[in-house]
Amino acid sequence: MFGYYLDLALHSFRRTPVLAGLMTLAIALGIGASITMLAVLHNLSGNPLPGRSDALFHPQVDPRPADLPGAKDEPPDDLSYLDAVNLYQLGVAPRRALMSSNWLPVRKDAQDSPLAMVTDRATTADFFAMFGVPFIYGSAWSAQDDASHAQVVVLSRAMNQQLFGGEDSVGRNLVIATKTFRVAGVVDDWNPQPRFYDLNDGAFGKAEQMYLPFFTWLDLPQDYGYGPMDCWGNDPNAGMHDPKAQQCTWAQFWVQLDTPAQVAGYRAALVQYSAQQHRLGRFQRPPNVRLAGLVDWLDYKRVIPVTVRMQTWIAFGVLLICMVNTVGLMVAKFLRKSGEIGVRRALGASRRMVFLQCLVEAGVVGVAGGLLGLPLAWLGLWMVRQQPVSFAASARFDPSMLGAALALAVLSALAAGVWPALRASRVAPALQVKSL
Amino acid sequence: MTIHPMISALRKHKAGVVLIALQIALTLAIVCNAVFIIGQRIQRVNRPTGLNEQDLFLVSQQWVGAPAGDDADSIQKLDALQREDLATLRALPDVESVTPTNSLPLLNSSWNGSASINADAKLIGGNARTTYYFGDENFLRTLGLHLVAGRDFNAGDVINKGFRNTTEPGMILVTKALGDKLFPKGDALGKVIYLDGSGTPSTIIGEVERLQVPATGGWVSAFTWNATIEPVRLNANFSRYAVRARPGRLQAAMREVTPALYKANPMRVLDDDSVKSFADIRKEAYRADVGMAALMGVICLILLGVTAAGIVGLTSFWVGQRHRQIGVRRALGARKADILHYFQMENLLIAGIGAVAGVALAIGLNLLLMKHYEMDRMPVLYVLAGVAMVLALGQGAVFAPARRASNVPPVVATRAA
Repeated sequence: MFGYYLDLALHSFRRTPVLAGLMTLAIALGIGASITMLAVLHNLSGNPLPGRSDALFHPQVDPRPADLPGAKDEPPDDLSYLDAVNLYQLGVAPRRALMSSNWLPVRKDAQDSPLAMVTDRATTADFFAMFGVPFIYGSAWSAQDDASHAQVVVLSRAMNQQLFGGEDSVGRNLVIATKTFRVAGVVDDWNPQPRFYDLNDGAFGKAEQMYLPFFTWLDLPQDYGYGPMDCWGNDPNAGMHDPKAQQCTWAQFWVQLDTPAQVAGYRAALVQYSAQQHRLGRFQRPPNVRLAGLVDWLDYKRVIPVTVRMQTWIAFGVLLICMVNTVGLMVAKFLRKSGEIGVRRALGASRRMVFLQCLVEAGVVGVAGGLLGLPLAWLGLWMVRQQPVSFAASARFDPSMLGAALALAVLSALAAGVWPALRASRVAPALQVKSL
Repeated sequence: MTIHPMISALRKHKAGVVLIALQIALTLAIVCNAVFIIGQRIQRVNRPTGLNEQDLFLVSQQWVGAPAGDDADSIQKLDALQREDLATLRALPDVESVTPTNSLPLLNSSWNGSASINADAKLIGGNARTTYYFGDENFLRTLGLHLVAGRDFNAGDVINKGFRNTTEPGMILVTKALGDKLFPKGDALGKVIYLDGSGTPSTIIGEVERLQVPATGGWVSAFTWNATIEPVRLNANFSRYAVRARPGRLQAAMREVTPALYKANPMRVLDDDSVKSFADIRKEAYRADVGMAALMGVICLILLGVTAAGIVGLTSFWVGQRHRQIGVRRALGARKADILHYFQMENLLIAGIGAVAGVALAIGLNLLLMKHYEMDRMPVLYVLAGVAMVLALGQGAVFAPARRASNVPPVVATRAA
């Protein structure tokens, strides 16, 4: 029966090409708009490290004074220097990485080579293995290098291209903030979006151009900041001047915990640590710890920009209007066929069969609208990419959106078709047959 | 023409009428708000900063291996480096004037605080929020600011201090907006205020007509025009200089900067972004606004197009359905114009119903956006313009089908249905 209905639907399309075309166009425009924004939303809220995210956790403790005005219950996002070092040395997690970022003057180790300011991430050895950063040349530095404050550096592919023309630069030297560093490795392009590990500079920015051992980096004669800091109290020496001040949080810390037992154990260790600091009088607040998984962390930080949410609502508003439009056109189209439907009913078709026939016709409009909507969505994504927003690069067409676009198109066309089809199936056969 | 038969005819097409009206209502609601967003963005982009933006550019640079600025001695060394740079820039042939500065309007890098008319006020308890600009006696001249009261800084007023030194200067310039906020009688000149909860008085020696804050985000909307200018060269291991080129010599002056600064002192970093014209700063600051306005424009066009197509489709259907009745009316003496007007009036009626519902929806949507997305209240003018627009859209869309209807010959009446 379906084949016959399909045949009828196509036939009816040919008979009223303008009406059918308008319906298809309306669905296509609605789908184009909504799929564009769905694709953007999908990419922005995607999992930055699929396969690894389940084992990555973000520990937080609360070193703030008890009476901080305007303070929320949630502990600060980042750690103070002392907590960062203490948690780093806690050693309960199989892997952990301590980090922050700034920018530093860099030049090749040759006379008169020009200086450039380069963004860097200071971190510890596990960073690369824990987050699965792929190496082209060399390897990460070791935990031993961290402990001995070794002057080693890992470059990004782009940085290696810029400094060494893309060749294997392992073992070569660089001058970073007046100190000489040896290249330990070069990593391939790696920039998971959202940049979950450090959201302070926005969730959809670029990755840093080089990586330095955290404790070596702290030793540098630098005055380039220690990444965005959150300080309280009135100590003029805090902040940029003294990153080790107790009232400034600025270091990001991530741990890998592979089993639920490890997670529970780590959470207990955090509480125990906070309680101990509380007893020592360093923490004024009772233990207020968090251990969010990567995905929960991104949820909590609400990384999706407000404008994207608003534009998504507007896009679905467009789809709604297009659907209302399609309902109107379908009513017209089915009513125009009243005579035909009357004959079918007189010849024995049940209301249900007429209803189904009309729905099939609506479905065909949906498929056509979806197919036409795909290039429109592609165009829409191109437009989003032209915008100067940090997430522009995320506006890519994901193959999984292809199915979603067609499904959404057929669903909206069917939804638009239900009521017109019901009306059509209620046509009184006698009246129609008489007027033929 | 009487409305009564039209309404009873429409009763027979309730579904179609409701759908067109609904579509017009939704379109009106979204288009009104979208146009309002576009209007707001355009207004934002076009507001003057208070600067003379022509021939103005900014130099940002970083010294390498410079003293840290921890003690008085190293601050004097940093100041010497800065004064050397200022002298170098002022000596360039295409440069008219130069001032050190910490930021510029639209640069989105700012130092903000609060001003109070009382000493030792709590930081949050200040009377007005303000942004700080730090410059020397050439600040006003270089940026092209207008002094409306009092006097400009002179060379003797200018001091230097370390970047992290929070002592307040004895004299300041404020914008008229900030002055009037603190002293509503408009007599701010010569008065004393306290900055950032300090106990040191700062005397207002002059008022500047208009100067925007560096930040452009929504969070500064409460103090966009509240600026304080301090006669201070800030000393850190980086510096910024606002430079005014001689009229028409902007490009030439910008080209001269990097080589001249490197020649004066090679221990520094200047990259591609270090020398930036104010036109580029403006463009970058407002790129997102322009993008948003364009996107909203596209959405409006789509919606209006779809709605027009819907009206054309349904009216065409009605014309076909009433083919015979039209013939009968024509045969009974109705002129072509009568038929045309009938469909036009009918559309006006439906669009009118839709517009009334749409006004309510538009205001509702605006309230929703105000609640969730930091929107302002939409002026009534936008809604009225929207109503006029959808009515015109309806008339435009109905014209072709109505013309076709009016061309139905009277002879149709004689044919069997």
